[in-house]
Amino acid sequence: MKIHLKIWRQKNQHTKGEMQDYTLTEVDEEMSFLEMLDMLNLELAKKGECPVEFDHDCREGICGQCGVMINGIAHGPLKNTTTCQLHMRSFKDGDTIYIEPFKVKSFPVIRDLKVDRSGLDEIIAAGGYVSVNTGQAPEANSILVSHEEAESAFDAAACIGCGACVATCKNASAALFTGAKIAQFARLPQGKKESAERTLSMVERMEELSFGHCTNTEACQVECPQDISVLTIAEMIYEYNKAKLKK
Amino acid sequence: MALTGLFLSLFLVIHLLGNFQLLLPEEQAKEQYNLYSNLLSNNPIIKLIAYVLYATILLHTIDAINLTIKAKKANGLSYVKDNRNRASKWYARQMMLLGTVVFAFLVIHFKDFWYPYKFGELPMDDNGNKDLYTLVMISFQELWYVILYAVAILGLGFHLLHGFFSAFRSLGVYHPKYNRIIKSVGVAFAVSMSIGYLIIPFYIYFNF
Repeated sequence: MKIHLKIWRQKNQHTKGEMQDYTLTEVDEEMSFLEMLDMLNLELAKKGECPVEFDHDCREGICGQCGVMINGIAHGPLKNTTTCQLHMRSFKDGDTIYIEPFKVKSFPVIRDLKVDRSGLDEIIAAGGYVSVNTGQAPEANSILVSHEEAESAFDAAACIGCGACVATCKNASAALFTGAKIAQFARLPQGKKESAERTLSMVERMEELSFGHCTNTEACQVECPQDISVLTIAEMIYEYNKAKLKK
Repeated sequence: MALTGLFLSLFLVIHLLGNFQLLLPEEQAKEQYNLYSNLLSNNPIIKLIAYVLYATILLHTIDAINLTIKAKKANGLSYVKDNRNRASKWYARQMMLLGTVVFAFLVIHFKDFWYPYKFGELPMDDNGNKDLYTLVMISFQELWYVILYAVAILGLGFHLLHGFFSAFRSLGVYHPKYNRIIKSVGVAFAVSMSIGYLIIPFYIYFNF
């Protein structure tokens, strides 16, 4: 396959970026999207040019590291799929593909397609955990959790924190990410105890960082690789209001 | 945003029900509508609610401007290729534009009916009430005015189509079952308000 690429190149956070054109002639349709970028980087390295920087780690769709805008869509044309799980068979011979980083204020570009998503980590650090006493492992059946509860908590916990929701949202809101992280704990007895403090501090941290406000366009769920439900956002608001009233 | 929006939605229902009196036979409509308008403008409770309503419109507008500014600040550089629109409905993304259409319409609506009624000189009807009915009838004789109303009401309809369910979501209703119900009620509400408000100008234009 012959593929034309238009890729955002930017030296660092302080310089201006621009699109640059590349053409690959030997792309195999069985290649993953990232393998195609590897191929480009190999060619660039051979020519003595600077390779295109992009984030990646597991390449199995579970780590949340990869994530770029492909033809103007977070993670590319396939719904509920990470960039690494996208394959070149989703494109046609002769196609031009636009590849850009997530362009959100809260995700400054480090270089090329690589962005700094530590804003999401800051939200987690504000309360996205459960406090436990260390020591011997507790008796497994001392806290009973129904299958439905466990499954629903896991649905929210499936969020891989890739940031596609923020990049897709017209308001650049991190509500789906924060909602999922709050819901995954709020749905389990172990997480309920600290739910009020957790929700207040995570939501307040999210508001302090330069994310926008959710207006329920529901675009985030459509492009989310894990299909996290937008109802977790409403659940976050419910938990937040409850915590505010109790305070 | 949600609370002010829902209060304004409630007002829409009351306002529409009151205005349906315009569809009665001419003589009865004139007498009843002018009496109704007179009762509303002189009732102290209604006066108080009216002030709450004006404040709600302002709050809703200020909130919308705030959200827009916040979104503008949160977004980075624009994308060279942007296809993010595939993931959401156009009216959900254009709430500010639709709201601006509704706001512009409100200014015209207030100027043409509210201001003359409150502060202008209107002739009296046979019962000694200000004759708002005739003013309404004359206004809707003009086709351009009817079209202006139709455009504004369609804007309002789409605003409600997103706004109604979104308000409940923003209040924290997260149960899937209730969300399904609210979404359906929201569509029914947006459609019925649009049809209801569209009937009046067209009925007057074609019947008088």
